[in-house]
Amino acid sequence: MNNCKCSGEAARFPQLEPIMAKYAGEPGSLITILQKTQDALGYLSEDAIAHIADRTGVAPAKIYGVVTFYTQFRMKPVGKYLIMLCMGTACHVNGAAELAVAVSERLGIADGETTPDGLFTLNIVACLGCCSLAPVMMVRTQAGDETYGNLTKTRIAEILGEIAGGAPAEGVGA
Amino acid sequence: MSLRVVVGEGSCGIASGAKKTEAALRRLIGEEGVADASVEIAGCIGNCYLEPIVDVYEEGGALEARYVNVAEGKAEEIVRRHLRRGEICEELLISDEDADFLALQERIVLRNAGRINPEAIGEYVKAGGYEALKKALMSMAPEDVIDELKAAGLRGRGGAGFPTWFKWDAARRSAGAVKYMVCNADERDPGAFMDRAVLEGDPHSVLEGMAIGGYATSAGTGVIYVRAEYPLAIKRLEKAIGQAEEAGYLGKNIFGSGFDFSIRIKAGAGAFVCGEETALIASLEGERGMPRLKPPFPAQKGYWNRPTNINNVETFANVPFIIAHGGGAFAAYGTEKSSGTKVFALAGKIKKGGLVEVQMGLPLERIIFGLGGGVKNGKAFKAVQLGGPSGGCVPAALAGTPVDYENITKTGAIVGSGGMVVMDEDTCMVDMARYFLDFTRKESCGKCNYCRVGTKRMLEILERITQGLGADGDIELLEELAGKIKDGAMCGLGQTAPNPVLTTIRYFRAEYEDHIYRKHCTAHYCKALIAYGISKACVGCTKCARVCPAGAIAGKVKERHAIDGEKCVKCGRCEEACSFGAVFRD
Repeated sequence: MNNCKCSGEAARFPQLEPIMAKYAGEPGSLITILQKTQDALGYLSEDAIAHIADRTGVAPAKIYGVVTFYTQFRMKPVGKYLIMLCMGTACHVNGAAELAVAVSERLGIADGETTPDGLFTLNIVACLGCCSLAPVMMVRTQAGDETYGNLTKTRIAEILGEIAGGAPAEGVGA
Repeated sequence: MSLRVVVGEGSCGIASGAKKTEAALRRLIGEEGVADASVEIAGCIGNCYLEPIVDVYEEGGALEARYVNVAEGKAEEIVRRHLRRGEICEELLISDEDADFLALQERIVLRNAGRINPEAIGEYVKAGGYEALKKALMSMAPEDVIDELKAAGLRGRGGAGFPTWFKWDAARRSAGAVKYMVCNADERDPGAFMDRAVLEGDPHSVLEGMAIGGYATSAGTGVIYVRAEYPLAIKRLEKAIGQAEEAGYLGKNIFGSGFDFSIRIKAGAGAFVCGEETALIASLEGERGMPRLKPPFPAQKGYWNRPTNINNVETFANVPFIIAHGGGAFAAYGTEKSSGTKVFALAGKIKKGGLVEVQMGLPLERIIFGLGGGVKNGKAFKAVQLGGPSGGCVPAALAGTPVDYENITKTGAIVGSGGMVVMDEDTCMVDMARYFLDFTRKESCGKCNYCRVGTKRMLEILERITQGLGADGDIELLEELAGKIKDGAMCGLGQTAPNPVLTTIRYFRAEYEDHIYRKHCTAHYCKALIAYGISKACVGCTKCARVCPAGAIAGKVKERHAIDGEKCVKCGRCEEACSFGAVFRD
């Protein structure tokens, strides 16, 4: 196992080189490397994990263990719009469970799934920390995150419709 | 005379459209040629239910007007009338009642939040910032700093309420050339957002508190472990660290005292158990965040096996005040054993949701009704959930309980990090217990059997009960499992996980029994246990029959409709569609 694959591996993931150059040799940086890799690639593929293992010397099994432990990491690509529907306590008592059903039905996907057209991914998340605007969801796009508060089923349908139609709705004002 | 226009831009404000309001203000000031007004941003002022909020300050610093619910379109009024003509826009002003929301508070932690620009160190310094660090470094020994904290009686604000001075003293006494001062900013308690508000609104207060802690314990490095889901907090912390380094408040030889202290940020990747100190340390080291047995305590062997002290954001934000004004000034607030103030996040079925900072020892009802305006939509107050998944539900009958560590613990809940989720008559307490067990079951790291398997078994029982499949003996079984998990789990997550179940059984046993023996949900929430009906209020508009996906609603035009319980799938669409409130749940 002494033939270093660095050069070949680097060629496969050139966009990760700045990350590796900075963190690969620094102890305790695995989570940082995974976060930055996910930012760069959108998700953590098996190939990317193998690449990180090669560059850091950390066993792939251990990396897999870390990836699956934390909620932030995902091993599947996400859609163009990542819907993070909050299921914090305040959202729950304000009817978030019903909203989750409504989003699922409208998009035809369950929590963690992506629509076949690759447009939407639905993630039910623990708490976004905007409890006074509950129920809340955040939609992540390439342009950034937009938070929508005081949601109702009707409002969600409007927002999803507008996003799918190419004109993202504005965050809900008071 | 020049005016400062300050837009509240915490995450809640931004979600309500504050950035658009800010842009409109800037554009209009340019277009209208108002020369003597500047637009600035600030963090969260606390009245989240009134966002976006725009404050106009006179040159001297006095608040001239606080405008609320300033949507983008209303910016024009403020610019044309107030900024150009000096006329107050009465219709946009905060009401006296809402102004009381702030007037009734005592602000130590939130002293600057919503007032200063968190991205400009000059404003923090102008507000007395970094004076406490200077005082500590120039005129106090590390022991003096710790004595001051002891006199203040400051207890950890993250949840456990452990005396801060004791931890700092242990870290100070621990031998080692390299020590760490860690700030736990991984706020994951659902229903709590005070740390986010402090980080977004006044990041320097946390940095200053950490630097003072570094001096008191001889730690040269500070690490902030912050939620990756708080991008704005991270951005403002990064900016604040850069500015503090440039100004010489962080770095080498601070104030010429010979003390070196630097701070870096690590983004947490999402695990509730990382609130536990040893799990947090494992996560900082790039591992799965799993707790280990104590001792050794982090003060002896922590981050990279070096002496490490970990405190919560709010704890650190209190420190500069204590050092600047003395422990006595802090202890003057609150009760004997729970001194000072605490920030609470009011949410749930409350009229005025937001952040409040009050003295410890105030009765729950003063906070919920006096500050929060009580329950929204005219419903009856049923309970308040304190302390998140580790806490419990305190019933309305105990609303007079003083909010301090001792009295809240007696109710079976905990003060915790300060989340207060208010529940009304429509909230099912069995479902709340199920909700929290679902959370802890997912977040259990899996190390201890009792926590990993026990929370799952408890969740299964609660799911059965809420689905109408509860059986005689379920309540007793829940209590038995709860006791075993408390005894058998190693860390705080498992030890406290049964609390939401135990407190709801203690105060709302009748609701459990209603579910189990009468197959009825007292709050009419659990789908399997309710039946929809149509009351006399029905005018026969046929709207419900048209939206019903199961064809379960029949009735003639202008006559009262009826629901066929056999066909009904309990989707609730008829209830939403009805404009006359005629659809009811039984």
